[in-house]
Amino acid sequence: MSGIRVLVGTRKGGFVLTSDAKRKDWKVDGPHFAGWEIYHMKGSPVDPDRIYASQTSAWFGQIIQRSSDGGKTWETPGSSPEDLKGPDGTPKGESNMFVYDGIPGTHMWYDGTQHPWEFKRVWHLEPALDNADHVYAGVEDAALFESKDGGTSWNELSGLRQHDTGPKWQPGAGGMCLHSILIDPKNPKRIFIAISAAGAFRTDDGGKTWKPINHGLHSQYIPDPHAEVGHCVHRIAMHPTKPNTLFMQKHWDVMRSDDGGDSWREVSGNLPSDFGFPIDVHAHEPETIYVVPIKSDSEHYPPDGKLRVYRSRSGGNEWEELTKGLPQKDCYVNVLRDAMSVDSLDPCGIYFGTTGGQVYASRDSGDSWEPIVRDLPAVLSVEVQTLK
Amino acid sequence: MIRVVLPHHLRTLAKVGDEVHVDLNGSPTVKAILDELETKFPMLRGTIREHNTLKRRPLVRFFACGEDISHESPDAPLPDAIVKGDEPFFIMGAIAGG
Repeated sequence: MSGIRVLVGTRKGGFVLTSDAKRKDWKVDGPHFAGWEIYHMKGSPVDPDRIYASQTSAWFGQIIQRSSDGGKTWETPGSSPEDLKGPDGTPKGESNMFVYDGIPGTHMWYDGTQHPWEFKRVWHLEPALDNADHVYAGVEDAALFESKDGGTSWNELSGLRQHDTGPKWQPGAGGMCLHSILIDPKNPKRIFIAISAAGAFRTDDGGKTWKPINHGLHSQYIPDPHAEVGHCVHRIAMHPTKPNTLFMQKHWDVMRSDDGGDSWREVSGNLPSDFGFPIDVHAHEPETIYVVPIKSDSEHYPPDGKLRVYRSRSGGNEWEELTKGLPQKDCYVNVLRDAMSVDSLDPCGIYFGTTGGQVYASRDSGDSWEPIVRDLPAVLSVEVQTLK
Repeated sequence: MIRVVLPHHLRTLAKVGDEVHVDLNGSPTVKAILDELETKFPMLRGTIREHNTLKRRPLVRFFACGEDISHESPDAPLPDAIVKGDEPFFIMGAIAGG
């Protein structure tokens, strides 16, 4: 029997929510890694029981956790007795060793000066489509790493960070993070990533070389609103059957591209605010997309204290508000960029988590919602697995 | 035998209790304790001091016999009470809210 597993990363630990295919009764397991920030957890599409988690702390740095039993138990890769020692007899323990390739160089700081690249944390883990031991990590300060040994060791795909435009990249309010990684299912050497605040980039050769794909973006808060880089892209999304079509929630503006990111056009349409963080695509309808409008970049909460998801069934421009089951009064939570996900049951389930600790779910493609857990720590990320 | 008290979050990471014990072959120094600790518990690598540079992480502090020795040389000898195991060597997270 199929079921659903929801992986929730929060400011104070990770939670695993499970239900059968009815999606009515939920079991909450956690907190895992209590007290630590869990930026992201994601399962492998090859082996759903293989889950990677990014565990971080300002005090103690980055930890990578791995589960091989669907989140029941976890390990730090490379720390088991059989791989305790490397060939030279020294302990491995390198699963949290994210070292930039070569001399890291500098990027732009908030005040316009140059600032050294410094690793801070992993924002997003993206398991490869064909191998459970192959996983990508998007990190702050922005760079892309990959592991081919199940997270035991990591190497930077440094062609991205070493792009000529690197010195012009700058941090957003949340830091200079690489937060979105989309792998083209039809061509795994084609990967799209997005960085706040640099923009979106694409590789067509498996990560060796990268191209900024920001033509058509307009950001009035940077010196050249049409610059090649410097745009604060909050999230990009793709439907697996239409990998040339990308959707973007930018700092302001909802955008779409139909040519693999080579050009973008705005599809904010009738949204009450085109500021927001997450954007996602319906599992079975490639032109049905979801955003959560937020009032402004100064006030990170929903307009009018009403938590509303907006759905477009036309790939943008025409949006309908979805409110049934969501608080429509005195609601001042935020929904962060990695905190929305979909299942692949029919009808499609949509899930999102808030900074107030609620995870809301819809069993009917967004028509109605209910909290499946409501008093967690602030939610940083939500990923959904549809189990066969 | 040297007694080491880890901060709460590193105890849960290493899956150990209130105190861990390390035996040193050479001179008892902070560096020697951390080397042995990381050998015994590889998951602690990078959490107390940086990979490669081995610099103490900014929000981690070391205490011996009630004294903050975070800024001492990691190669400086430790007090006898630590070496004999009469007093534990404390690794602490700086108090910074949250």
